[in-house]
Amino acid sequence: MSLEVESRTPVLGEDGLPIEELVVNVGPSHPSTHGVGRFIVHLDGDVIVRCDPVIGYLHRGIEKMAENRTYLQIVPLTDRLDYVGSMYANWAYCRTVERLAGIRVPERAEYLRVIVCELQRIASHMMGIGAAAADTGAFSMFLYTFDVRERIIELFESLCGSRLTYNYVRPGGVSFDAPEGWFEGVSAFTENVDAQLAELDSLFFGNVITRGRLKGVAVLSAEDAVAWGASGPVARGSGVNWDLRKHDPYSIYPRMEFDVVVGDNGDAYDRDRCRLFECYESAKIIDQCIAQMPGGSFKAEGLPRLIAPPAGDAYDHIESARGSLGVYLVSDGSPRPYRMKVRSPAFCNLALTSRLAVGHTLPDLVVVLGSLDPVFGEIDR
Amino acid sequence: MSGFFWGLVVGLAAGIVIAVAALIGVWAERKVSARIQMRFGPQEAGPFGLLQTLADTVKLILKEDITPTQADVPVFRLAPLLVFVPVAASLAVVPYAAGWAPFNIASSVVFFLAVPAISVIGVLLAGWSSRNSYASIGGIRGAAQMISYELPRTLSVLALCLLAGSISTVAVHDSWRFWWIPLNAIGFLVYFIASIAELNRGPFDLSEAESELVAGYFADYSGIRWAIFMMAEYGGIVAASLFGAALFFGGGLGLPGLLGGIVFMAIAAVLAITMLWVKWTFPRMRPDQLMSLAWKVLTPMALVQLVLVGLVIPWR
Repeated sequence: MSLEVESRTPVLGEDGLPIEELVVNVGPSHPSTHGVGRFIVHLDGDVIVRCDPVIGYLHRGIEKMAENRTYLQIVPLTDRLDYVGSMYANWAYCRTVERLAGIRVPERAEYLRVIVCELQRIASHMMGIGAAAADTGAFSMFLYTFDVRERIIELFESLCGSRLTYNYVRPGGVSFDAPEGWFEGVSAFTENVDAQLAELDSLFFGNVITRGRLKGVAVLSAEDAVAWGASGPVARGSGVNWDLRKHDPYSIYPRMEFDVVVGDNGDAYDRDRCRLFECYESAKIIDQCIAQMPGGSFKAEGLPRLIAPPAGDAYDHIESARGSLGVYLVSDGSPRPYRMKVRSPAFCNLALTSRLAVGHTLPDLVVVLGSLDPVFGEIDR
Repeated sequence: MSGFFWGLVVGLAAGIVIAVAALIGVWAERKVSARIQMRFGPQEAGPFGLLQTLADTVKLILKEDITPTQADVPVFRLAPLLVFVPVAASLAVVPYAAGWAPFNIASSVVFFLAVPAISVIGVLLAGWSSRNSYASIGGIRGAAQMISYELPRTLSVLALCLLAGSISTVAVHDSWRFWWIPLNAIGFLVYFIASIAELNRGPFDLSEAESELVAGYFADYSGIRWAIFMMAEYGGIVAASLFGAALFFGGGLGLPGLLGGIVFMAIAAVLAITMLWVKWTFPRMRPDQLMSLAWKVLTPMALVQLVLVGLVIPWR
């Protein structure tokens, strides 16, 4: 698709004056495009007749950069994919490396990974809901959700020293064991989070204006969600019961008891609210993990300093906050991958804007975007 | 000639009142929003951060005044004044004390409701002359919204005029009685909501909708011209709060002298702070929902209020 806005021959109205669509360029520098999204929106009056997402403003060539780095050096790169949920890309990448090189991960490391990833899910969903709320004009809600997120970021900081790009999950385990008192901190957080989530639910989703803005907007049918490759809360909001933690169980998820949150109507309201309810389930999983936490090492023993997997390829995926995040690696036997490919859920979800926004008005575009919760670091890579 | 000088004095006073109101209003807005959002807000410049807005104003005055090359320059420069001056003028007919308004004209209620409507033209021209699609959409939205909300707002005030038997703000203010408060509860609600919408403030700030239109009709304004728009907004809050307090609550609830003045200011302050509070609590509405609210909810409510008042009048 070309980046130029195509010029169209004007249609003449009854009075002989030309009637044209108003072409509005939304982004890449715009308050509500979740980073550097750009959308070329054709408006007929107030109604969107066409909406083309333009991506690539955050392209850093991460997949290509990976080809010149050793397997351990790639982990920090994966942090920069989904910068709202760095733990997921870490984990998806490490799972693929472990599968490729046949590395066994100790159980304690798996538990730690699940705890940080479920914490990350809450943090990421808080960001998603907060941004969706700010897009509808409820800016105060953004800071309420950030309060919850901040607690998690603080926990991560005490765990691995970083607040945003953690580099925590490494091939063969995790970088640090939990410091003293960390599990107590996590338990204290999960104890409080239910009340905080309930407050958010009534403050934002219970608000009459929010309901008016989100309900019935950008309805995505279950068939379309599957056909467009949507995953995560975007697909589940449409009633697609698809969660890799349940339907392609990995790590220790088969031992956990939790429900897959599924929406009914597939509108923006259901998608956003799905995210909120998933946070309750994540808190449940974290509590179970802490209760079952085994001892032992947090990283695989006898791992070579330079991992050089045998020639071949591997693919593994996990359920990230945005959907099924997959990493495909091809090895030629050298210590550097021959090729890395990331299957980004946000990329597939973002494609839906060109369909969901049509027929709605410009204010609904930001609602559509907010409900898809795109992160452009992951989309552009 | 004396009328001219009096006008000059009142005009200057209104300008100063609005400037001070904007200074305090921006500070109050930042403090109120900060408290709602679990923050502190400005607290470094001066006591309680009171001088923060002054510092910002100095910054705004010193900033470059940018006019877009494609803009319609004379219109672009005129638009902020067209928004600001009517708001300042509307302050001149508010009855500040019993029997006294700076301009005591016979039809001052009509003056108060009609003159700020001129700022619709300013909003429209600001949006149009910027040659920016966001600004144009914002301007057109603003015009549609302000015109729609004029009707319920006027109708709600009309109920008071019926009760007082006059369209002079001073007469309405002076004939105010306590039982007007319960009687005009619906009308006051309509007046308050419609005033927020008339001022383009959240949850009805569609014309500036920062998450959709970046800044709406004043997206291309900078420096002091942008500040004039802001002053008009806070001036409008002050005018609507003072007018609401003066007419719906009889100024200081009919209390005499200084006490009445203090109560009057307190009621106006409560109304103004409620407007800030509402903005930072609610999401923004969609244009079509906004129109439905004006025509399907507020206008019928205002009509019901009129009928209620009409029923009471024979037994007054």
